[in-house]
Amino acid sequence: MFDYDKWQEIFESLKKHKLRTLLTAFAVWWGIFMLVILLGAGNGLQNSFEKNFGDDAINSIWLYPDRTSEPHKGLPVGRRVRFNNEDFNLLRNQVEGVEHLTGRFWLGGDLVIENKGKTLSFDVRSVHPDHLFIENTLMQEGRYLNESDIRERRKVCVIGKLVKEGFFETGEPVIGEHISIKGTKFKIVGTFEDKGHLNEMRKIYIPITTAQRIYSTEERIHQLILTVGDATLEESKIIENNIRQELAAKHDFSPVDKQAVYISNNIEEYEQFQMIFLGIKFFIWFVGIGSIIAGVVGVSNIMLIIVKDRTKEIGIRKAMGATPRSIISMILQEAIFLTGTAGYLGLLCGFGVVYALQSFMAENEIETEFFYNPEVDFMSVMTALIFLVFCGTLAGLIPAIKAVRVNPVTAMRQ
Amino acid sequence: MIELKNIRKSYRTEYTNLEVLKGIDLTIAQGEMVSIMGSSGSGKSTLLNILGILDEYDEGEYLLDGKLIKNISETQAAQYRNSFIGFVFQSFNLLSFKNAAENVALPLYYKKMERKQRLEVATEYLDRVGLKEWAHHLPNQMSGGQQQRVAIARALAAQPKIILADEPTGALDSKTSYEVMEIFEQVNRDGITVILVTHENDIAEKTRRIIRLKDGLIE
Repeated sequence: MFDYDKWQEIFESLKKHKLRTLLTAFAVWWGIFMLVILLGAGNGLQNSFEKNFGDDAINSIWLYPDRTSEPHKGLPVGRRVRFNNEDFNLLRNQVEGVEHLTGRFWLGGDLVIENKGKTLSFDVRSVHPDHLFIENTLMQEGRYLNESDIRERRKVCVIGKLVKEGFFETGEPVIGEHISIKGTKFKIVGTFEDKGHLNEMRKIYIPITTAQRIYSTEERIHQLILTVGDATLEESKIIENNIRQELAAKHDFSPVDKQAVYISNNIEEYEQFQMIFLGIKFFIWFVGIGSIIAGVVGVSNIMLIIVKDRTKEIGIRKAMGATPRSIISMILQEAIFLTGTAGYLGLLCGFGVVYALQSFMAENEIETEFFYNPEVDFMSVMTALIFLVFCGTLAGLIPAIKAVRVNPVTAMRQ
Repeated sequence: MIELKNIRKSYRTEYTNLEVLKGIDLTIAQGEMVSIMGSSGSGKSTLLNILGILDEYDEGEYLLDGKLIKNISETQAAQYRNSFIGFVFQSFNLLSFKNAAENVALPLYYKKMERKQRLEVATEYLDRVGLKEWAHHLPNQMSGGQQQRVAIARALAAQPKIILADEPTGALDSKTSYEVMEIFEQVNRDGITVILVTHENDIAEKTRRIIRLKDGLIE
């Protein structure tokens, strides 16, 4: 397979035709280089979107109790509607299509958190275990809140990364330690990260039932949040309506009273985000396929010209006793070597630029709305490169076979 | 060495059938020096192409060194060319990006000779045509006569039995032409069959036998 003499012949041919070699190499280099850069840009755009809007890109419905605005069954306007644990159970048991459901109970007053004499202020949310899915919370250590915590009203908490860093040195054990929230000690059972805004990592989550017991006399819920899975716009409207019906019956307000319980359904925004993601994905694919097609056409063209350019040489070699096979394999090996090397260099340069940009942005802490973590998948670019070399070679093969068939005397007279 | 029996060749197109060779009978013995003459269109180039196994013929038989050359594969043809025939052309046809020695070594590359060895052999043959000092020059740094001598050295390098030369002096002035012819004569004295195609009488007269072609037949 490895014929030293043949490769020497190929290297010499490449060396002696500097312009041709350089142009071919540059075309392939540029194609792959641009592919990597554009894919990086596309991915950067997508990642920044995910970072900025990932939290909101969940098909969720938010319920806020307020005051009635319509008279109903002889009851006056302006009555306050309040949620408690019964409403939570009602939605969970009576409404179809609810995927994840959580309540939120707001702790009033100053939220002073203490640990080992250190006092800091963070936001505390008392929630149900399903809250994990609402905020895209990513667990780092330990666990999230669970049903037993809710049932037994355990004094446990899950803290965000920035809360952890506020109280603990790196490497210090965190799980099992206690922090004091408004004077009550809570055991830390888990820590988390969040893909979204930094503020999300300043949160502390505690079981809603524990909070109700300690900080209130009633089983109040201030807000209910639920997701509806892959429901379409219509399905989600139906679910929304069913919820209103159930709550209206329970709290005695008119089913058409939109103010008694304000329902915020963000499926429309969700669908918009899905469209934007789809748009970006389409853009990336379009760019990728476009570059590859352009590359294949470019390489094929160059191969065509090279073979044409070498017709006389082919004729001479044939007259000297070269077999058709030896000529074709020489041309192809030269083409594969040149396009492969140039393409691989383009790939390395492209990755170099993307990573340089990445580390430059990280070092200088540049945060923009439109660009974040411009990563590129090495394997997909490698596949593109192999595909390009393959197609280019195939495109060169046809004129090479034709050129070899030409009568050497005719070829040499050119 | 060469035996042609009733060779016919025509070029068919959609509308016409152009008969170029209309039955050539020709025998050339080992060690002969022959010139083929004829006006343009007489079929001399076609005949040369058939002799060089660069083109196929329609009818008849062509025996080269006793072997029938008919319906053979491209690869086989390449092998015969490589081991039997050395070509010299009017426009020299050296590879412009290779120096003199590398050009001469080219047929040896296809004989699978090692690089070092083939460059040694090439230098030897360049010495024979008086161009040892020019081994590392590129074709465009040489005169026409020098280039044709390099081409002859290249044709000789693979130790062929036959040299086929297509108008070898066509691009040279008469003084250089005579120098080139002297080399051919010397080659022929070493026992190699030389076949020249020419339309110049004074060149043809330097060979021992002249074959005149007219309208696809030997006169």
